[in-house]
Amino acid sequence: MSRFRPAAPEGARLSARALRDGAEAHARKRDGLWPWLFVLPLLAGIGLFYLWPILQTFYFSFTEWGVFGGSTWTGIDNYVRLVSDPELYVALGNTLLYTGIVLLGIPIAVWLASLLNTPGLRFASFYRVLFFLPYIAMPTAIAMVWRIIFNGDFGIVNYLLSLLGIDGPYWVSTPGVAIVAVAIVGLWSSLGFSMIVLGAGLKNISPEYYEASELDGASPWRQFVSITVPLLTPSIFFVTIITVISSFQLFDLLYAILGSQNPILPKSFSLVYLFYQAGFVTNEKGYAAAIAMVIFVLIGFVTLLQFRFQKKWVSVD
Amino acid sequence: MTHSPRIRRTPRWAAALAAGVGLSVAIAGCSSGSDGPDQAGGYTPPAKDLTAEITYAFWDATQQDAIEANIAGFNEEYPNITVNLDVTPWEGYWAKVQTQATSDSLPDLFWLNGPNFQLYASNGKVEPITAQVDAGLIDPADYPESLVDLYNLDGTQYGVPKDFDTIGLWYNKQIFEEAGVDTPTADWKWADLTAAAQTISDKLSDQGIYGVAGGMDGQTTYYNTIFQAGGEVVSADGKSSGYDSDADRAGLSFWSDLIASGASPSMPQLTDAPADQWFTSGKLGMFYGGSWARAAIGDSVVKDVVDVAPLPAGEEKATVIHGVSNVVAANSKNKQAAQALQIYLAGKEAQTQQGDLGAIIPAFTGTQSAFAESYPGVNLQVFLDATEYAKPLPVSKNSAAWNAVEAKVLPDVFSGATDVDAATTDLATQMTALLAKE
Repeated sequence: MSRFRPAAPEGARLSARALRDGAEAHARKRDGLWPWLFVLPLLAGIGLFYLWPILQTFYFSFTEWGVFGGSTWTGIDNYVRLVSDPELYVALGNTLLYTGIVLLGIPIAVWLASLLNTPGLRFASFYRVLFFLPYIAMPTAIAMVWRIIFNGDFGIVNYLLSLLGIDGPYWVSTPGVAIVAVAIVGLWSSLGFSMIVLGAGLKNISPEYYEASELDGASPWRQFVSITVPLLTPSIFFVTIITVISSFQLFDLLYAILGSQNPILPKSFSLVYLFYQAGFVTNEKGYAAAIAMVIFVLIGFVTLLQFRFQKKWVSVD
Repeated sequence: MTHSPRIRRTPRWAAALAAGVGLSVAIAGCSSGSDGPDQAGGYTPPAKDLTAEITYAFWDATQQDAIEANIAGFNEEYPNITVNLDVTPWEGYWAKVQTQATSDSLPDLFWLNGPNFQLYASNGKVEPITAQVDAGLIDPADYPESLVDLYNLDGTQYGVPKDFDTIGLWYNKQIFEEAGVDTPTADWKWADLTAAAQTISDKLSDQGIYGVAGGMDGQTTYYNTIFQAGGEVVSADGKSSGYDSDADRAGLSFWSDLIASGASPSMPQLTDAPADQWFTSGKLGMFYGGSWARAAIGDSVVKDVVDVAPLPAGEEKATVIHGVSNVVAANSKNKQAAQALQIYLAGKEAQTQQGDLGAIIPAFTGTQSAFAESYPGVNLQVFLDATEYAKPLPVSKNSAAWNAVEAKVLPDVFSGATDVDAATTDLATQMTALLAKE
């Protein structure tokens, strides 16, 4: 860094730093509550709309609700029931399967993002818009289009499969297959966001590395494996965290593609769908709160694990 | 959630005028309030110059014209009552009303349906109409009896139906002709339907046409066949499920047999496209459809080749009947005005108007001729005659809870993936447990 900046005389630099540090320490003392006052609007919002509801939900998860409000304390009953509810495990399995499949989109996004980052690529912005479109489209609209694409008798997927001599399944109405179908759509629609983030990460990799490796005779593939991917790991890490969290919250896509009347819905539940069903369909709000807490803790735990393991593979330069 | 458009019925000048007319009106309103419906004993309608502003909530925007016409008529009688219409689409209606009920801010008058009625009545959220009935202002005998019962809880009446729907056997005459099968008659039994459906599916399979279709909608399909087999979904005392009875099993097997024999599309096929879509696209010979299907069928490619017959009988003739009711919120601040509107809407004049303008069958006996004549060439009278043997949609205090169990267990019954006896026993056990919790 200092290479591009004219070095200041040593003495001047030292005194400047002393001055700055002193001023900061002084400012901290003198400001008192003032800084807090400025962030108060934000903190109040977060407290009122995030922290307080979380605490309330935690409390409600130990209660049973009447349909029109009024709760009674039932201790850990909701959790006992939840642990012995086979639907929880079905939902958990489906959510994990969905998350697993959607995560496969990240290597694809890395590959696509670096293709788009190829120097001198024509229409690069056009491609970027193309890949980003699904991200800004309404999930319901996406779901309706994919429902038609997946139609067992008249859908284009099964038509293409039939050209290959494969008899395609009823995608959205066969247990086990439906969650895969939804995950394919989830993967497809998450590509745009991942690519934008990864694209920004790619721009931060200094071209010097590529120039140097080229002089050493590295192939594009070698550059990709040894330079692009390692230096992109912070972005990949970020995208992974975001993807896992949003995948655990799978609801709208599932609900819209399968439809609320779908007979295989009970076998294709996600965790959040289970929560929705308890809270808003069968009117068991206390139980729904317990499910919400389980989702909350699960996401927190998985994210914590990811932060733990990031040291092993995320390079910080 | 969708935005609910709020429509002010009465122009602002009316409200201003009402305010301007001043104290005398307000005092009159108050004084008539003191001997109003809250008094023990009889009900007295409020003074004609009662000033109030009330909200009327419902979900079906297609009925808005008819409702606005109703309210214009009501305002001739009560010029100073402003009625604000609050239309919330079906998808968001119940979540909204439930929230309003929880926070004691229900609309003064609102639509309630069978599956939700007992929930609101048993929690004291809606006002009984006992006094109005005693005063002779609403006569339950004017409406289909089974539907009146739907809005009665433990002997107390909370509303009367504003409209009703029954189920009929819609059929495609062209498909019957191509397959060389005689069209359905009022004397048909289950065996006649099964045979005809089988023949159609066999003869026209190369065109992808099926005879008949089931599905997961109880109101139009399996509730009817359960009743026809002599069964019940919820016992008369509301305490137990009837699903483990032989009659109920027969009513369910009716559909699984049709699917197994290929007379009906499979469950996955019916999930990709439900029965009504098969019928309106000309791929289905017969369709168990409600009276409300008239609109969708009348707009489709098959509109000129359809007719309708009564549902074929099993052990007995039966159809599901349902209809919504206007109910007054128990904690309404303008209860007198809301009750006046409730009475007006239940009357013959408003009901006739509903039939003439609306997409529905009005519930008041003798006001339905407009509906019967609304689809030339199609015998819609079938839906009106069906009230003679109709049974109300099965409901309880928390219908949604066991509806969710039905949705879980029944698909495998229809597709033949599980044993009917074991599955229905399981369903009945779970449902009875839920009913016990109510």
